[in-house]
Amino acid sequence: MTKKGLLFISLVVCMFTLPMAINAQCKQFAKNTCKAGLEPYQHDGNYHAALLIEGEEAELYKTFYSDREYRIGVCGANNLEAIEFKVVDTRNGKVLYDNSLNDFEWKWDFNLESSQQLKILVKVPVPDGNIEEPAEGCVAIMFGSKDD
Amino acid sequence: MNRKLFLSGRFFLLLFAMFGIILSGCNRGPKTEGEGSGEFEASGTLNAETQEQLNTAKRIFYSLPSPLETAMLIKNAGAEYNEDLMNPTSNTSKYITSKSKALNLGIYSTDLSYASLFDQSQATLDYIGAAKEMADGLNIMDAIDEATVNKLEEQINNRDAIIDIISETLMNSSSFLKENDLEGTASVILVGGWIEGLYIATNLVDENNLDNNKLVERIVDQKLSLDIMINLLEASPEDQDAQAVMEDVRALNKIFDKITIDQGEVTPVEDPETNVTTLKSESSIKITSRVFSELKSKVIEIRSRYIS
Repeated sequence: MTKKGLLFISLVVCMFTLPMAINAQCKQFAKNTCKAGLEPYQHDGNYHAALLIEGEEAELYKTFYSDREYRIGVCGANNLEAIEFKVVDTRNGKVLYDNSLNDFEWKWDFNLESSQQLKILVKVPVPDGNIEEPAEGCVAIMFGSKDD
Repeated sequence: MNRKLFLSGRFFLLLFAMFGIILSGCNRGPKTEGEGSGEFEASGTLNAETQEQLNTAKRIFYSLPSPLETAMLIKNAGAEYNEDLMNPTSNTSKYITSKSKALNLGIYSTDLSYASLFDQSQATLDYIGAAKEMADGLNIMDAIDEATVNKLEEQINNRDAIIDIISETLMNSSSFLKENDLEGTASVILVGGWIEGLYIATNLVDENNLDNNKLVERIVDQKLSLDIMINLLEASPEDQDAQAVMEDVRALNKIFDKITIDQGEVTPVEDPETNVTTLKSESSIKITSRVFSELKSKVIEIRSRYIS
């Protein structure tokens, strides 16, 4: 096979393997950084992580149950500013927690008197100034719980 | 490397195509059309084109109780262990289609979690084997490998370690499926696990004692997750398996519509000593014996189809 042919095959292999490698990095980040920080709460086994760019928002819907204690963890890759997140009552949009009022703390511990469906709003902040090429990085939203 | 080729226009064309494919291949999760929330304050500014793209598409995640969380909720509600309610591991050979494998991976994962939370060592080992068979059949690489099974055997008397291993295997399956654009399969697994939890819970309830029954409250609470489940399945319209189980979820939704949950306003109160917030609210539920029986019968019917 010619060198050109070998190079072409290498490029094609890269096209298919690099996205998987990037995703695998995202999983490793979620596992090593975010999941590890949930202790002593037990991670529920769910995986919610994606590559987000600066300025991008995401939202997650989940039911939380009474008589359990929860930790929500929202973690961003090192190349991103501290991730902003809010926890909102899905019925009326009432903000129940806003980490920007708590030094952008990455986690929030809470329990509930009655089971509720809540929405977690997440935003990757845009650094000050005009940004031509927004940075991209992995953001993970994870949950841990324990008996009340 | 061939220097001429490296510098040629054709190389740059290839490079450009490669990055295009890489970017499109990044698993960015389900998206939906809609306005930006406007609920966050802006700091820096993005160029107009990027800002417009961000304003028109927002990533949405729908999170269902995992099989592990489902089993935890059942145990936390004071339920007992009843092995007769679990799907026998001898059934694994029946599951040939991708749909039955996915559903029963969820079902066996709930059974596995249920057994492990009640310190049932032999059942835990049996059910990790059954779950592994389903995961292997779906080509979910490395979710439950031999090393995981060996680790579980070594830690069989350490409940916390076992729960960690189960949590890890669930996360491995979920991440593998999402990274490979198999969100529909991931949803079907969760529905299977959720149905198994409902089956175990409804069959453990004493139907003559529905009032002030913690397990009944947990069953009723599942009403709060039904729209999440429907949205999750709707996010995979091309996945036939996901759409097939949607019919069952809609049938259950009709029954859950007959159950009333009255909820008051939620007020967060933080304990300054522990930094733990309590979401204070009042709520009440109403479920009649007839509706409970209808729900239980429907769950039995759906679950028996899934495991047969």
